[in-house]
Amino acid sequence: MITFINWLVEPLKYEFMMRGMIAAILVGIVCAIVGTYVVLRGMAFFGDALAHTILPGIAIGYLITGGARDTLFWWALGTAIIAALGIGAISKQAEIKEDTAIGIIFAGMFALGIALISTVRSYAVDLSHFLFGDVLGVSTQSLWLIIIFGAIVLLTIAAFYKEFLTLSFDPILAATLRLPVNLLNNLLLGLIAVTVAVSLQTVGVALMVAMLVTPAATAYLLTQRLPVMMALAAFFAGMAGVIGLYLSYYLSIASGAAIVLTATVFFMLAFLWKRMKRI
Amino acid sequence: MYPHISHQKDKPILDVRGVSVRYNGRVALDDINFHLHVGERVAVVGPNGAGKSTLFKVVSGVLPSNAGVVTVSGSEPTVHSCIAYIPQRSQVDWNFPVSVADVVMMGRSAKLGPFNWPRKRDWDFVNQALKTVEIGDLSNRQISQLSGGQQQRMFIARALAQEAELMLMDEPLTGLDTPAQEGLLDLLDTLREQKVTVMVATHDLEQAAKHFDRIMLLNKKIVAFGEAAVVLHSDNLLHAYGGRFRTVEGKSGLLTVDDSCCDEGEHDHIH
Repeated sequence: MITFINWLVEPLKYEFMMRGMIAAILVGIVCAIVGTYVVLRGMAFFGDALAHTILPGIAIGYLITGGARDTLFWWALGTAIIAALGIGAISKQAEIKEDTAIGIIFAGMFALGIALISTVRSYAVDLSHFLFGDVLGVSTQSLWLIIIFGAIVLLTIAAFYKEFLTLSFDPILAATLRLPVNLLNNLLLGLIAVTVAVSLQTVGVALMVAMLVTPAATAYLLTQRLPVMMALAAFFAGMAGVIGLYLSYYLSIASGAAIVLTATVFFMLAFLWKRMKRI
Repeated sequence: MYPHISHQKDKPILDVRGVSVRYNGRVALDDINFHLHVGERVAVVGPNGAGKSTLFKVVSGVLPSNAGVVTVSGSEPTVHSCIAYIPQRSQVDWNFPVSVADVVMMGRSAKLGPFNWPRKRDWDFVNQALKTVEIGDLSNRQISQLSGGQQQRMFIARALAQEAELMLMDEPLTGLDTPAQEGLLDLLDTLREQKVTVMVATHDLEQAAKHFDRIMLLNKKIVAFGEAAVVLHSDNLLHAYGGRFRTVEGKSGLLTVDDSCCDEGEHDHIH
């Protein structure tokens, strides 16, 4: 028992582990709750594309500031919001199918980002941090940004809970009730964008979609009520953050990957449990 | 508050003039003219692809028309929150994590206004609506656990919670067994007292004749519109359905059209 407690406490002696732990939990909760809408509205591909599309913005910030990490959040945030509204507009045009159009834009932007970053001679480490996250490198200042913007996202979702619910379940009802449908749709895209920026340091652009989708999908298997689904998703995501970081510490594996793998195991357990229950 | 406009009492609840709609160059509705009085119930019948769903979407103000004017109690539909569009059941995500009461409460989103959460008064309203449609005991069920008839009743309750004055029901009888269909039509009859004007798209001419004040025979144009005895003439039906119609001797001596498939091929989504 004592050894187990020691095992738990040991990593927390390091401040960077404490900061990483808090960041992983907060980001997990925000991603999970926004992710509930991503899952229910079938926007997983949009979320994945959005995360990848912000890479050139981060790259430009990285080149301009000479590699300073703390300002990158703002570059990520700005690019994410522009990309979200841009993708939202693209999906309304009729010439090319929505997913094809998104696929073209996102791969192109992602390639542009990699090209830009690769102009720096020793780019490999920084690039891998952008792609896969570096939660143990979260500074106190970054942690504050996560807290503030995470709170903004959660408060906005609480404020427009019934509007988002109505719009997601039945867009025609939302339209006949004369809710501001376009504004609400764009607001939701904006919230996903902020979430992507907030999550950048934890899981990176390549694994982001897992944080948006996996905990929410896990919760969806276990409940038939939206508030419960949100709470469960937040719980699974927070737990994935904590367990993932311990795995990362003791097994020396990349933190972002460890968090995502833990969330994936939760999903598989929930999936199996549901299957077993049906038999 | 979300917009809500007061009604001009001297104007018809619904007035449609010269409305035409095209999808990608294909005509969906062609020069539609009619008006309805408060409390009327009208069955809209016609073959698949006749434009029934399109008509309802234009009337409810979620789909713009290419020509013509729709007014609801004297003003355009897009300023009204009293129009309820009840979707075809196949258009609904029944696995969405909501209870019956949650769905009915959605009807009150506009009345609640921004930033407000439902209060006891709103829950009372919802429970009363569920009692009116006789599924008061199912309010906590997940929506996938309802039968087809109960699903339709839930949407009627949602329209009541919305305080709808014009209810547009897109093929509510499709896929229901006969007792459920009769139960639903009886329920619509009891709703007469609420002064709600109802338009129902249906395939069943016999039920249309029995339960509705007027029948609109639609095939992109209005082929005929009036009382059942006048509208349900084999000439009109042949005109509306073309070669696709088959007559069966019904109980009340009317013609029954067998065109039971339900894919209209004209569904569109709002983004």
